[in-house]
Amino acid sequence: MFLQQLVNGLTLGAVYTLVALSFSLVMGILGILNLAIAELFMIGGFVGFSLLVSGYPIPVALGAGMLAAGLFAIVIERVAYRPLRDAPLVTPMLSTLGFSIILQNIATNYWGSDPLQLPGYFLATRFEAGGVQIGAMQLVVLAATIILVGLLALLVRRTKIGRALRAIAENRDVARSLGVSANQLTMVAFLLSGLLAGAAGVLVGMHYTAITPYVGVDTGLKAIAVMVVGGVTNIWGALLAGPIIGIAEVMTVAYGGSQLRDFIVYGIMILILLIRPQGLLGEARAEWSQRV
Amino acid sequence: MISTYNAGLFAEIGILILGALSVYVILSTGQLSLGNAGFMGIGAYQTSFLTVEAGLPITLALLVSAIGCAALGFLVGFPALRLRGIYLAIATLGFGEMVRSLFLNLDRLGGAGGYHGMKSISGVYIWSWTLGILVAIMLLERSRLWLEFRAVHDDETAAGLVGLNATAIKVGAFGLGAGIAGIAGGLFAHHYLYIEPGNFGFERSIEFVLAAILGGSTVAPGAVVGAGLLVLLPEWLRFLADWRLAAFGALLVLMLLIRRQGILDRTTFSRLGLRRRAA
Amino acid sequence: MNGADPLLRLSGVTKHFGGIIALANVSCSVPRGRIVGVIGPNGAGKTTVFNIITGAYSATAGTVMLDGQPIQDLKPHQIARRGIARTFQNIRLFASMTVWDHLLVAQPHRGSALRLALPASWADPDALQQAEKVLVFFGLEAHRDRLAKSLPYGIQRKVEIARAVTAGPKLLLLDEPVAGMNEQESDDLRDLLFRLNRDGLSVLLIEHDMPFVMQVCDYLYVFDFGAVIAEGHPDLVRRNPVVLDAYLGQEG
Repeated sequence: MFLQQLVNGLTLGAVYTLVALSFSLVMGILGILNLAIAELFMIGGFVGFSLLVSGYPIPVALGAGMLAAGLFAIVIERVAYRPLRDAPLVTPMLSTLGFSIILQNIATNYWGSDPLQLPGYFLATRFEAGGVQIGAMQLVVLAATIILVGLLALLVRRTKIGRALRAIAENRDVARSLGVSANQLTMVAFLLSGLLAGAAGVLVGMHYTAITPYVGVDTGLKAIAVMVVGGVTNIWGALLAGPIIGIAEVMTVAYGGSQLRDFIVYGIMILILLIRPQGLLGEARAEWSQRV
Repeated sequence: MISTYNAGLFAEIGILILGALSVYVILSTGQLSLGNAGFMGIGAYQTSFLTVEAGLPITLALLVSAIGCAALGFLVGFPALRLRGIYLAIATLGFGEMVRSLFLNLDRLGGAGGYHGMKSISGVYIWSWTLGILVAIMLLERSRLWLEFRAVHDDETAAGLVGLNATAIKVGAFGLGAGIAGIAGGLFAHHYLYIEPGNFGFERSIEFVLAAILGGSTVAPGAVVGAGLLVLLPEWLRFLADWRLAAFGALLVLMLLIRRQGILDRTTFSRLGLRRRAA
Repeated sequence: MNGADPLLRLSGVTKHFGGIIALANVSCSVPRGRIVGVIGPNGAGKTTVFNIITGAYSATAGTVMLDGQPIQDLKPHQIARRGIARTFQNIRLFASMTVWDHLLVAQPHRGSALRLALPASWADPDALQQAEKVLVFFGLEAHRDRLAKSLPYGIQRKVEIARAVTAGPKLLLLDEPVAGMNEQESDDLRDLLFRLNRDGLSVLLIEHDMPFVMQVCDYLYVFDFGAVIAEGHPDLVRRNPVVLDAYLGQEG
């Protein structure tokens, strides 16, 4: 039973990792919370889901979901973020919120408010190993996550854009000297953020075999917690923190009662913020420790 | 005689104004709180418990729970000092969610099933509180204390160097904001007569912030404009039927793009007729 | 130079940042009613000394005495209330405030807390009066209700100093006050400093502008690599070979 919960927690955690990275990309570089990520996640999920239900193979559905979310993300960057980038951080954040309202309305109108269901036979095969059942669905989620995170890591380390992203997360002025414009970088950050969120949406839909227009907010908020616990600009941090939070959540529900789970998850986040604000794998920054 | 429906909107605006003011007070010291719905929830449950089970009259219950919320605000404000900017905002978000989760679990106060039994209050009563607190804050805005709030907001280091205790000011602002949010909660509870933890989640917190920023986050009356817009716009957009929320979202974005400082700011407000204050 | 009872005395102040030694065993003092200068190449630790005095940094070792009382463990706002004020190299004014606001907010707290929370125009006439005095002293009446940050650089510098002295401090720390000023402006500042000094204000200033330093300071400390390498009357210090060496060809 315990191991079973562990596996469930890992799967949930994988989804959190992706959404956390989605938040991280924008937060690490621009210092704001892209409040539309929850709805990008949801839209990607719906698009991918519709394709799955229509019989398209998983990679196609995943790709489509990512693309849809990615496109919307670019629109949001151009319209909601760029004109406001010099304003105090709360203003562009609220602008992205405006977009999330638009996206949610689009979703409810196009797909309705009722859950969209996957047919029961879909990837229903379950594997058994040492008393633990793991569904094919869960394996797909885990595999996809690992592949996506790996691709992201590769992008960040090996490409010029990727290096610029890392540099700008450390120091805003440095990136310019690497020959990439700030606007381009922001666009890339938003795009990647959208792609990841979209993927997560499809995967979470597969995990729960159903998707509703309201799936975004709760996952989104917990993903923020994962981002903070792992360390905002650190990919491995998100990979570590996702499962930690996912498992904590699943365990709380299994052994403590489902009502407590948010308390535990955010409790962990606040604890980290107070004791080790840079997160488990993040780097300490001057702003934490300065007395002045 | 206004219709019940419009009376309901009127009350809703009054309560949202208080929510926006709770964010405003804290924001004026440079801290963004995304968790004020948590304080609102605590105020709602506290006030309701006091009137329903302890038999206190509503006004006394509101005062007691405002003080309780303010005290909690001070407590929360202290650890919050360690954090800045977006990280502080995220921590307050976490706090709000923890409070909501707490109430989900508190079966004594109804848990997920909610709490009820409150006696109704009038829109006039709600607005007495709204206007009272609004006027009090507008008076406070003309005080030296408010200048100190603003100094901490503008440059905390320089503020310290002119002798201002930034810690006390920031924590104090948190307490004040929490108290106001608590009153909003108590009024909410006695207007809707039924409360559940879901009423006091992130969406509520962000609604407060949106009202404060949209209306103008540098002057208290901005909260009035912001709250009015947030409640009335969806109504005016009803003719768009299924697309009214999307239109609402679009308008929000548009308003922020066109006037990022919010609708009212210091210059506009003073030009509207109030004599420019001497201080 | 040791007055029997200097206003400010640093003894053996050392500051480490991780592995870096920013200040090494620094001892210096400001006698009452004097204008003392701190000069030296960039990175010599001059601003670090200021930060230690004002409590922004805590000293790794050593003491800072104001009027014979140790202040090295106090918080910045407490030190400010004890009578030390400071300006910054890059002027730090309050972005949303008018000149008048700056003078009002820096007033000391007199009377009850309630006075502070009520509208200033009717609850705190003393503060208003005092702010008005400072406004006139600095000749800023014309700019009273202007946003401080929108004013010309020289006036902003004046506002920053006005804010600093509003509460009647004993010691004013000035960090490169005439940087970026033309000759007229720096002469004005010099005269202002003399007026303030005559009224009893002691000054410790960091500057690179040597003519200004020569005109204004009674005593100089020369810093390099976090230590005092020379001190004394400006004329003597100017001719000191150690000092000339440290500046490596800069005008002495």
